[in-house]
Parts: sequence; structure tokens; C-alpha cells
Amino acid sequence: MLKVQGVSKFFHDPVEVQILKEISFEMKSGEFASIMGKSGCGKSTLLYILSTMDSQYSGDVWLGDSHFGSLNADELAELRNEYIGFVFQFHYLLPEFTVLQNVMMPALKLGKMSKSEIEYEAMEKLRLLGIEDQALKMATRISGGQKQRVAIARALINRPSIIMGDEPTGNLDSKNAEMVFDIFKELSQEFGTSLLIVTHDEDFARKTDRVIVMADGEIISQ
Amino acid sequence: MKNNPLLFRIAKTHVVARKKQSAIAALGVTFGIGTFITLMSFMTGLNGLLDGLILNRTPHIRIYNEVKPSELQAVMLDSLYGNASTLHTIHSIKPKKTASNIRNNRGIINELSDDSRVKGITPQVSARVFYQSGSVLLNGNLIGINPLEEDRLFQFHQYIIGGKPSDLASNSRGVILGAGVANKLSLKIGDNVSMRNSKGKLVRLKIVALFQSGLAEVDNLQSYTNIKTAQLVAGENTGYVTDIHIKLHDIENAAEMSEEISKHFDVSSIDIKKANAQFETGTKIRNLITYAVSITLLLVAGFGIYNILNMLIYEKMNDIAILKATGFSSGDVQKVFIYQALIIGLIGGMLGLIIGFLLSYGISKSPFETAALPTVKTFPVNFNTWYYIGGAFFALITTFFAGFLPAKKASKIDPVEILRGQ
Repeated sequence: MLKVQGVSKFFHDPVEVQILKEISFEMKSGEFASIMGKSGCGKSTLLYILSTMDSQYSGDVWLGDSHFGSLNADELAELRNEYIGFVFQFHYLLPEFTVLQNVMMPALKLGKMSKSEIEYEAMEKLRLLGIEDQALKMATRISGGQKQRVAIARALINRPSIIMGDEPTGNLDSKNAEMVFDIFKELSQEFGTSLLIVTHDEDFARKTDRVIVMADGEIISQ
Repeated sequence: MKNNPLLFRIAKTHVVARKKQSAIAALGVTFGIGTFITLMSFMTGLNGLLDGLILNRTPHIRIYNEVKPSELQAVMLDSLYGNASTLHTIHSIKPKKTASNIRNNRGIINELSDDSRVKGITPQVSARVFYQSGSVLLNGNLIGINPLEEDRLFQFHQYIIGGKPSDLASNSRGVILGAGVANKLSLKIGDNVSMRNSKGKLVRLKIVALFQSGLAEVDNLQSYTNIKTAQLVAGENTGYVTDIHIKLHDIENAAEMSEEISKHFDVSSIDIKKANAQFETGTKIRNLITYAVSITLLLVAGFGIYNILNMLIYEKMNDIAILKATGFSSGDVQKVFIYQALIIGLIGGMLGLIIGFLLSYGISKSPFETAALPTVKTFPVNFNTWYYIGGAFFALITTFFAGFLPAKKASKIDPVEILRGQ
């Protein structure tokens, strides 16, 4: 499903550092994997490459049949829109829009369903995450844990084949973190969605199907 | 393309969410466009008035007999002395005596009125007179005209006070007296004025109106009457005509046609551009100033939008990163910001058009008195629709370009840098 082969990346500023060294691994559909490692080991950098947002690297990445290196920036944006859901450490929501509008945004961009269908889908996702009662509130008016669940709902709206997270629980208390984990688990088990989550949280990682450990730009165990 | 309505909605939400900033940016455009409209309407109104003073009242071509020495002196015809290489000098050449009557004037008028370039043609008779009041004699000039034609072609009514050109047409012994003359002789409308021609003959004419051109030297000398009366005063017969005034459909033909006429009919003729060379320069410079000021105002408004959008982009870094991370392309992000600029430009521009109209309307109702135009009571304003269309167009163009650079910048933002930075 996701195939990474010989991915290397250099940072040139201020001095040349090889941040990723010939990374190769594969993920199957429905697999729930976490990436662990110390700060600066390159795990976030890898995640941004896999999410298509960073295209400055050598090596090859495939998502399904799509080879990232063969696509231009606009095609990558479309791929990201349709097949990849992303959850950040900070619950980045668009502050001028309501919770519902935030969730609907990627689907409106995709444009494959009518607005009312999208609205229905978005409400379904919010219900799944237990925050449907917040739908019409402005995105700035809800709590941190709720925001993170909205961000997950947004990542789910286009039924992506993979969800990536950059420390999605890093900013949450243990109760909320556990809830997010349960949601992820449910997604992988019931919807066959792959999950690749960068985390510092060992408890979180231990509960996933597979833990990829990185150090100094290399995968040391998986 | 299918995303445009969505991008527009995002842009609209951004604009509405920042009411104060958006309003300031829009007000910049409003101010720029409003002033542009007002300035253009007012300046071109004034220009039209000033041009009208010259263009409408002055004949495009004037045919007359000029007093000048013969170009071909008799001695030049001599085979011995006429050769340019021989030395000969003639001192004290005197002008040839020419009658001020234009010969064959009826023929000239008939022929020229058939010319498709000519809008109208009217003869005049100029007679030197002395206005008499008791023992006082004032130097003056009586001009015989066809009042109705003169009004049709040269807006004669614009400088008449207390009457109409037709009052003269209906009274064969009537006269429209220069305001300066009337003042000096303390005469008013309805009085009779006595004048003597150059041969000393006395005539009495009835004042039907006064005329005021704003030029003291004209108003103190000149009076108008019917052609026949002027011919009578001059002591000449009915074929006597001293000037022929021509108005053309297109003023640009004046110079060329004037040349033709003087060659063809062997008369002197002068075109409006030669007679009023300074006028065209003045118009050009006034137009130039108007455009320069208007464009500067619009540029300032444009910079206002540029600034505000630029600031907005710094505030919106996170949003841009989110949009990109969820699959919006660089082009989409660029459109969002260009739409914002255009929304601001559209609202600001619309308000500007309204404000521009209201200001122009106010000016057009403000009192404006000028000696040159006794019939004009308020400022002249040109309510030309094209200025409004141009203003709207300008508003959109400037805001588009003011928005383009910040939008380009926004589209280039790397979401990874923003998302990692926190």
C-alpha cells in the first residue's frame, strides 16, 4: 500500500547534514504503525515526505500505484486531498469557519459529492468522534481535545487510504490521548484505514500493531 | 476551475472576519475612485467650458480680405531686374488698397455649403461706427450677422443677457449692444442708441439685448445687428460682406480646408488652430495634470491594499499551511488572496463611484459666476458614463495587481516549514 524505497534527505543550511539515510519500509492496508525516536532523528521529516508536502528528497515513494516523484505539485496536492489524511500536533483549524465547515473543507475541495452529501458525511464523522453537538460552533470556541477530534474528523472526510499524524496526542492530556488512540484503532480495524503516527508517547506506541524506531536518520527496528 | 466558488467563499469569509482591516483597504479604493471620478468630471467639465469658449464660438475657418502689400511687385516682372540674382531693392512698399468686401461672396458661400465637411457657413458685415451720446463720440464696431444661424453654429445666446438672438432677428432696427458700451453710455434694454458711420451719417437703433463676452476690449466696442442693417449703416449695398465664418463637422479638417479655400478663391483665410495656438496647449496640459493626479490617487489606494494583504498573509500563515496540507494547490491559495483583493476592490470601487457621483453632483450645484459666461450660474461638471466605467475598471485592475504579489507570496509558502515551526 505504502512503499518507501531508499529515501534520503539532506539539510543544507547552515551546514550539510544528512537527516534521512536510505529509508526503506512498506505498510499494508489497515496497518496501524507508529514511528518513535528522539527529537531530530528525522521522523517528522520522513512523515512530511510521505505526506507529499515535502518533495526535496532522493529515493522513491509509492502510495498505491502513485509514484510521488512522477507527479507535479498540483497532482501531489490532489493526491494528498483524496488519499491522505493528516493530523497535526497542534489542532490546526481555520479560525473563521465553524467546526462543520472545517470538516467539510477537504471534501468541498475534492468536489466529488454535492454539498448536502458532504454535510451529511461531515456530521457522520463528527458523530463518530462524539462531537456532533459542537458542529455549528466557531472552530476557536471549542476545547483543545475537541479541536483535535475535529482535526481527525477533517482527516477522515474524504475516506483516505492512509492517515498520518505528527504527534497528534502530544498536546493532549492522557484521557483525551486515550480517546484519540481508540478512534485510530477503530478506524484501522473497521474501515481498513492505514495509520502512520509519529509519537513520543511510549504507551501509545506499544498499543499499535507495529513500532518503527528511528535514530540518526535510520530505521533501527521495525 | 470547479473549486472557484469554494475559494471565493473562503476569500469572502476572510474579508468578513476582518471587518476593520477590510474596511480600511476598501476605503482607500473608495477614496481613490471617488476622487478620480470627481476630478475627471470636474476638470473635463471645466475643460469643456473653456474649450467651448473658443471652439464653439470661434469659426473654424474665417474668410476675409487682408490688407497687405502685393507679393509680386511690378519690377519683378521685368526681364532685366526681375531675376533673383541681380541686385535690386525696393524701399517703402505700401500695401495695396483692397476693398474689405469679399468678392463673389455669394458664390463662395454657395459652393462651400455644398461641401460635406462643412456644418454651417454664415456671412458677416463689419462696420466701423461711433456711438453718440450728446456730444460724446465713442469708437466702436457694428457687426451684421444672421442671428439665428450665428446662434446655431456659434452658441451666440451664451453671451447674451436680457434677451435672445431671435429678438434681433425679429427686429430689423434692433441692436445687441456690448455691455461695456451700454455701461459707458448708461443705456439699457429698450433704449435707442445713436451711432454714426465713418461717413458721418447718423442712425438710431433699438437695444433688444446686451452681450457680454468677458473680454473688456470687445464688450467696450462691439455691437451686433442684422446683416442688412449693418450694410445700411456701412453705406454699402446688399452684396457687401466682410467676413465669412465656417464651422466644420470635424475641427481637424480646418487647416487643410483653410489652405484650399485661400488658394481656390484667392481670399485670405485663417483656421482656428492658427488663430488660437495657445488654446490647444492649455487643454493638453490640463488633461495631463488631471490624469496624473488621478492615477497617483489610484496607486496610493493600490499600495494600501497591498500593505493590508501583505500583513494578512503573515497572520494567515497557519491557515495557508492547513489549506495546503489538506490538498489545496498553490494556485488555489493564490486565488483565495486575489479574490480577497478583488472583493475589497469591488466594494471600495462601488462606493467610490457613488461618492464620486455625489461629489460631482454637489459641485455641479455650487454657484459659479464668471464674466465670460453670463448664462453659466454653476460649476460645469461632465457626467460622462465612461469615467464611471473607467473608474470601476481601474478599481479592479489596481486591486488585482495590489493583490497579485501578496497572493503569489502566499502561494509559495511551504506548509512543512509552518507545521514544523511550532
